[in-house]
Amino acid sequence: MLSEQIQALINRELKKYPADQRQSAVMSALRFVQDEKGWIATDDMADIAAYLGMPQMTVYEVATFYHMYNLKPMGRHTLTVCTNLSCQLVGANETMSYIKSKLGIGVGEVTADGKFGLREGECQNVCDEAPLLMVNNKRLCGHLTVEKIDQLLAELDK
Amino acid sequence: MINLEIDGKRVEVENGRTVIEAAHQLGIYIPHFCYHKKLSIAANCRMCLVQVEKAPKPLPACATPVAEGMKVFTASEQAIKAQKGVMEFLLINHPLDCPICDQGGECELQDLAVGYGGSASRYQEEKRIVLPKDIGPLVAAEEMSRCINCTRCVRFGVEIGGMMELGQAFRGEHAEIMSFVSDTVDSELSGNMIDLCPVGALTSKPFRYTARTWELSRRKSISPHDSLGSNLVVQVKDNRVMRVLPLENEEINECWLSDKDRFSYEGLNSNQRLTKPMIKQGGKWQEVEWQVALEYAANGLRQISQGAGAEHIGALATPHSTVEELYLLQKLVRGLGSSNVDFRLRQSDFSADGKQTGAPWLGMPVAEINTCDRFLIVGSFLRKDHPLLASRVRQAVKKGAQANVLHAADDDLLMPVANKMIVSPAEMTAQLAQVLKALATIKQATLDASVQQVVQSVTPSAAAQAMANSLASGERVAILLGNFAQQHPQAAQLHLLAQHIAALCGGKFGFLGEAANSVGGYLAQAVPGAQGLNAAAMLAAPRKAYLLLNVEAELDTADALQAMNAMRKADMVVVLSAYKHHAAEYADVLLPITPFTETSGTFINTEGRVQSFKGVVKPLGEARPAWKVLRVLGNLLNVAGFEHDSSEAVRGEALQGVDVAGKLNNALRGLNAQAAASTPAGLQRVADVPIYFSDAIVRRSAPLQATRDAVQPSAYMHSTALGKLGMKSGEIIMVGQGQGSARLKIVADDTLPQGVVRVAAGHAATAALGAMFGIVTVERA
Ligand code: SF4
Ligand code: FES
Ligand code: FES
Repeated sequence: MLSEQIQALINRELKKYPADQRQSAVMSALRFVQDEKGWIATDDMADIAAYLGMPQMTVYEVATFYHMYNLKPMGRHTLTVCTNLSCQLVGANETMSYIKSKLGIGVGEVTADGKFGLREGECQNVCDEAPLLMVNNKRLCGHLTVEKIDQLLAELDK
Repeated sequence: MINLEIDGKRVEVENGRTVIEAAHQLGIYIPHFCYHKKLSIAANCRMCLVQVEKAPKPLPACATPVAEGMKVFTASEQAIKAQKGVMEFLLINHPLDCPICDQGGECELQDLAVGYGGSASRYQEEKRIVLPKDIGPLVAAEEMSRCINCTRCVRFGVEIGGMMELGQAFRGEHAEIMSFVSDTVDSELSGNMIDLCPVGALTSKPFRYTARTWELSRRKSISPHDSLGSNLVVQVKDNRVMRVLPLENEEINECWLSDKDRFSYEGLNSNQRLTKPMIKQGGKWQEVEWQVALEYAANGLRQISQGAGAEHIGALATPHSTVEELYLLQKLVRGLGSSNVDFRLRQSDFSADGKQTGAPWLGMPVAEINTCDRFLIVGSFLRKDHPLLASRVRQAVKKGAQANVLHAADDDLLMPVANKMIVSPAEMTAQLAQVLKALATIKQATLDASVQQVVQSVTPSAAAQAMANSLASGERVAILLGNFAQQHPQAAQLHLLAQHIAALCGGKFGFLGEAANSVGGYLAQAVPGAQGLNAAAMLAAPRKAYLLLNVEAELDTADALQAMNAMRKADMVVVLSAYKHHAAEYADVLLPITPFTETSGTFINTEGRVQSFKGVVKPLGEARPAWKVLRVLGNLLNVAGFEHDSSEAVRGEALQGVDVAGKLNNALRGLNAQAAASTPAGLQRVADVPIYFSDAIVRRSAPLQATRDAVQPSAYMHSTALGKLGMKSGEIIMVGQGQGSARLKIVADDTLPQGVVRVAAGHAATAALGAMFGIVTVERA
């Protein structure tokens, strides 16, 4: 079951769309679940499908298509490093290896203390900030350097 | 209309068509994978790139609308270069496993790779791997690395099947076709995905690795199951049916087949096949020569007709029997002096007999369903009883038609339903009368005297009013009576009311025939007429002798208990069957006959189309076509006119000079509507015949029996009603009906109306119960 808060949020979202287009709210619904739980289980997807009256598989397609959705627990802070072309050209690969070694985890993994998860992301449409990462899909950290990364991790570690 | 030129040839096509369609009209082939004429355009494979004059780069022919004066080059240097480029990309991740791929020899990718692929790959890196999926007993998704992500299978599910069971998860090079958390694909049309898959990613589980396509000979046939009469290509190797595929016929099955039509062949060589004539002597079954068995049967029948009288002989056949078989059966019985012959085994109300003006049929061509804009579907488990007709209704609804449903169960039709009335069986006639009344008010019409009285006694509910509004606002209305309506104890009343509703809205009305030969049975005269006893009467007042053609008494009849009682009481039961079955208990002679693949014959489908077919393999063992067996029985019994030397001769006699179209008529004459009796006290039974238990062949198809649709039936009740009985969903209970009872699991189903228990018929687990309609009890086991 979707929590009451999530249902209320979805209902608010639904007002933006015609009554027979409930499935338009699927991306928001997935986001609300992730905000609440940190990740989206297939049970949640089934609940969303039932709530919006759409096929479960469609919810799954959406949830797996966009890299912002976590399909498993990804730690308290999910770091999503963009590895698309612009970022790659200015050192995304190095950024990624640095974070990996610093946290001691690979892409798709979570640190043993559950604090950090690492993901690969697609272009965020802010290539001028490259190389960059997102924290929990909400906070953008651009023009990454080793110092900046150290700073960020230290800050989040508190 | 738009004029354009493709490869120098001029063509005129409708506005809005695409280049690939225009090319098709000219007979020009453009290579493609994701495009399919029956599916929406995805334009994701890019194989169909063509050169278009003035366009800066190649365009996908499947997604490019035609434009006036357009010049298209499908095989120019630029086009070929683009096509070869796409092919190279497609092959990058495709495994090079054609020698062990089941699709080999009939693979669109393989074929096109010959034309457009390089002889060696420039790609040296690792190929991607997609893990196998288990999506059920019919469709194999074992080698998903072969998938080229054309999404035909996904679009089929959404657009034709009506449910999205497969989807494309993840993105880019990680994209894979899969189901939601390893669900099985349960659509009754799932097999079509195998045909649609252009590569060997989705293959037929039962057929896999049993033969190569080039080893198979292809023979045309007609499906013996539902009343659509799907056209088949039966593929044969070494005198064995290896697989069944659709034969495209736009007017009937289009390019589809239901899973029932496609996979039933696995039941043809079941180890239950009866391959030798047998007689029972001293309570023991013995295999005997044909001559012995036939004489034994003939003697028995002769003795009874000469002793007790011919009216003590009754003949029952399933509507899956051919015209030839049914014709000879009735001729034989009539020759002996009895008119007790019937094929309407699950019907319980025969009060329309004698009032009919022709054979009940669909009332319109099958293809017209797609063009209707209003439907009233009365008493039908539409999806399971008529998978492809349901799909046609779905297509119409997609184009804006409104579906209205009156039924005793609320199974998901996988389409939006405008209005529905889900009521107990006993309330159905009154509900339909309400719709008629509301409609008469809207149309300001005076109703015919035959229905006036009944209509006066009802007050339309809001739902009936809404339905009437829906029907009244349509231009092409269809009122369709399903199997449930035909089996209903007030079938004739429903029929009459439907007739008047259709008349008021100027619509068509008709029957979704129960089986392959539901129309053919009438034309073959396998009905009793005024002198004889109908199927129900023959079993209610047991006969001394029965001739059963394809019938499994406890599974194919309206009242299993009554049928079995009648069989047990009879002195002589002659069984013509392709299978050994329960008849071993009550029969005296078992005559092995052939299923549709081993005989020639004719079915007349629900739209009245006469479709003859030839045998595709030789009869198994000593089995013989039933028409031959009946002919010899006729000879042995000295009945005149049994000299036919071919099934064509029998068909000729049965149908020659018969204006089939002229014999189809749904109108009733001289029947008056009666006020429905008050709803009986107690729980009413609602019985469906589960899709894979509807006839002898499907009951024995192992892959179909492994599907979800074939799980052992439970009893279903509304949870409130269940609560009142103090029972919990999932408990094992006793369903009682008359003398019979069955131990079943009870499951809560809140889509059912109050006061009913849904218990399927046609299944061994419920064969000890009585009539498909009637009062049942539910007690603790
Ligand atoms: S499984 Fe077959 S039909 Fe489905 S997307 Fe892949 S290639 Fe196309
Ligand atoms: S490529 Fe990284 S933000 Fe655009
Ligand atoms: S057939 Fe045109 S893009 Fe696939």
